[in-house]
Amino acid sequence: MKTKSLLSFSPSGIYCPEADVQIDPWRPAEKAIITHAHSDHARYGSKHYLAHKDSEAILRLRLGNDISLQTVEYGEPFYINGVRFSLHPAGHILGSAQVRAEYKGEVWVVTGDYKLQDDGFSAPFEPVTCHHFITESTFGLPIYHWEPQETIFAEIKEWIAENREKGITSVLLGYALGKMQRILTRLAPLDYPVFAHGAVYNVNERLREAGYALPPIQQVSEVSDKKHFKGALVLATGSALGTPWMKRFEPYSVGNCSGWMAVRASKNRLNTDRGFVLSDHADWNELNRAVEATGAENIYVTHGFTSVFSRWLNEKGLHAQELKTLYGVEYETENTLSEA
Amino acid sequence: MKEFADLLRNLDRNTKTLEKIKALKTYFSNASDEDKIWALALFTGRRPPRKIKTAQVREWAWEKAGIPEWLFAESYQHVGDLAETVALILPQHNSISQKSLHEWFAELETLKKADDETKKAYILKAWASLSGFELFVFNKLLMGSLRVGVSQTLVIRALSEMYDQEPSGMAHRLMGQWNPFDIRFDELIIQENTAQNPSKPYPFFLAYTIENHVYESISPLEWFVEWKWDGIRSQIIFREGQLFIWSRGEELVTDKFPELHQLAQHFPEGTVLDGEILCYADGHPLPFSTLQQRIGRKNITKKILQEAPVLFMAYDVLEWNGIDIREKPHEYRRSVLETYVAEFENDSIFKVSPLVSWNTMDDLSRLHNESRTYYAEGFMLKRKSAAYQTGRKKGDWYKWKVKPLSVDAVLVYAQKGHGRRAGLFTDYTFAVWKGEHLVPFAKAYSGLTDKEIRELDAFIKQNTVEKFGPVRTVNPLRVFEIGFEGIQQSSRHKSGIAVRFPRILRPRPDKYAHEADTLENLQNLLTVYGV
Repeated sequence: MKTKSLLSFSPSGIYCPEADVQIDPWRPAEKAIITHAHSDHARYGSKHYLAHKDSEAILRLRLGNDISLQTVEYGEPFYINGVRFSLHPAGHILGSAQVRAEYKGEVWVVTGDYKLQDDGFSAPFEPVTCHHFITESTFGLPIYHWEPQETIFAEIKEWIAENREKGITSVLLGYALGKMQRILTRLAPLDYPVFAHGAVYNVNERLREAGYALPPIQQVSEVSDKKHFKGALVLATGSALGTPWMKRFEPYSVGNCSGWMAVRASKNRLNTDRGFVLSDHADWNELNRAVEATGAENIYVTHGFTSVFSRWLNEKGLHAQELKTLYGVEYETENTLSEA
Repeated sequence: MKEFADLLRNLDRNTKTLEKIKALKTYFSNASDEDKIWALALFTGRRPPRKIKTAQVREWAWEKAGIPEWLFAESYQHVGDLAETVALILPQHNSISQKSLHEWFAELETLKKADDETKKAYILKAWASLSGFELFVFNKLLMGSLRVGVSQTLVIRALSEMYDQEPSGMAHRLMGQWNPFDIRFDELIIQENTAQNPSKPYPFFLAYTIENHVYESISPLEWFVEWKWDGIRSQIIFREGQLFIWSRGEELVTDKFPELHQLAQHFPEGTVLDGEILCYADGHPLPFSTLQQRIGRKNITKKILQEAPVLFMAYDVLEWNGIDIREKPHEYRRSVLETYVAEFENDSIFKVSPLVSWNTMDDLSRLHNESRTYYAEGFMLKRKSAAYQTGRKKGDWYKWKVKPLSVDAVLVYAQKGHGRRAGLFTDYTFAVWKGEHLVPFAKAYSGLTDKEIRELDAFIKQNTVEKFGPVRTVNPLRVFEIGFEGIQQSSRHKSGIAVRFPRILRPRPDKYAHEADTLENLQNLLTVYGV
């Protein structure tokens, strides 16, 4: 990559030398622009953070109340050393943003994570035209095609109803930030008791306190009598699977919400009862549509199927290359259960 | 086919045995007889031979999906199942086909002699009429084996409960040669045994690995001890003047062993023996690899018959003079074996597997340690009073294998797995030191826990040095203890050594790569244990 380039790729992340600012760095930086509050993108230890205002509550929850954080609205420009930056909705989770950087007529966009489908809770994705586009590729294989979320939520509702009929608990697993808010708002009205694992509860409560429209949920650890779980919905993260913590819900059925559930082997490996193909990332067609909509000729492919997706784009006549980053590493090491 | 696809989806979804049995029962109570026989054929691995080459199906699929071949290959590598990959990349429609399972098979059968264009047109039309899970199931019928989270044992259990029969009897009904095109469901499953197919084998009785309490409780009064031979477990059947040989995998292998056919002249009508097929020369068994190479050959030439002659080592007699004696105690069956069957013993093609004589556990342990010098891989322990049962049952038969040979080796290459392990790096290549260099000597796929696999998967992703197609070269940092059953010289391997059934015994996080074993260590094992 040219050294004169507006954004470059350093060992600690995506770097803008002109503005001396890092985007989603995985090492502590002087100034860090954060695309969204998932822990593989928003890491501890930078001196100053800048993010969308909807990321604030969770960034402070996770990185500390006292971090130095500046927030902006979508589309609101801010200048650092003459470089014009702005954030644009990425549709991934609440507050998720694409970072647009412009200098001397050259425009770069960093997506962080994104999806094109409007989940009804996060601000929906907006395409931003640019010359250089840095895209994720978590589901960058043509086997990943999401069904409309109405179909998936109908499946989830049917599963919960069946479980209630049998008098068993429905335990639904997914990422605490993003997936769970999507689920809660989409399943509403909730005419049955809902409980949450501490990780899910903390995020939900913090967002409710900050004024986001989410239903109140009760924390599992506060329930002493197991019979309250009968026929209830329990929301937990993937890390709960196979732990003694689950025992209190017996008898129960476990469903996992993740794009990885599209492949039988991934689902079967986890030994959950159900896998719901619900993702907050772009599927194959969405990735392609997103790339096309930018009009960019230079594409840099980060975390996911980087080599596959960049080769595909190159064959379509674009200049694409793969980038090695640490994004998405978290779920790969934990298990393939959740998607950050 | 919707009902069958629903059944498979239910089996896929439910992790609990009782739920799976319930799903099977629901299907077998509601489906038509014509469909049920096909479902059974599929569950027992009796899918008719492919009418269309898999390569063609792949090509039509990536063409239809509008993606290049390499992208299909990448996708397949990730999914780990061809039928599923095809289902996932094809454009999705709403399922409109009303065809039943047996109708699909009847139609596919007519494609046997069709030209490629007709085949292609048929498949594209079928794909357009199916979607989602049904599309996947159709592709499985077309080209895959059907592994759907249900074991044959479970199918047998569901059927035996439904039709109020003993599971062992139901297992027996499903054995051997039958073809869904020419047998009806009630003939196979419900009717009293009328004209039975003479080739039908009995279900094999399988042993559990020995447990600690067994060592303490066995005595020569109650237990037989035999050598555990390393060959192909088989049944020889002589009925209605014909000889049949079945392997444990329920494959009819009569034609593979022409030298055994002359046994037909000796056995009385109605004889079924359980035993092991071994390559055998100069009064002792040859290594399993010799047999394996022979099995791999399509034509059994004179040369093969000379270099890899086989012998049937009889363990047990299941039917004698047309009478099923499996329920008799082993002691009784053994006496039949030694008194009558042993008459046909001849050093080149047929022997009765000898008993190991012993008095104390000390004797036995000592002999066990010497197993390899007897060309055996350990002992079989069999209770004298036990009947010949069905499947793997605890309590009466135990296998007591010798400890595997082992070395500490370094992980050097990794590749993604298939099936349940798809998407994860689970196929590993290990190397030992030759001076400054690491020489690969074995591939291993098994021996790690799911947790260890995930951890190693993450390590591999972070430590990839190079990619060659699906293979990744990994920083040589991780050491594992690799076990194997046998060791042989080999000109085909870079290391000059081939090991049998290599697997991971345990990770050695306490060892640095430079502390792993050397090729010299392996060569020493070859000198001591090699053939």
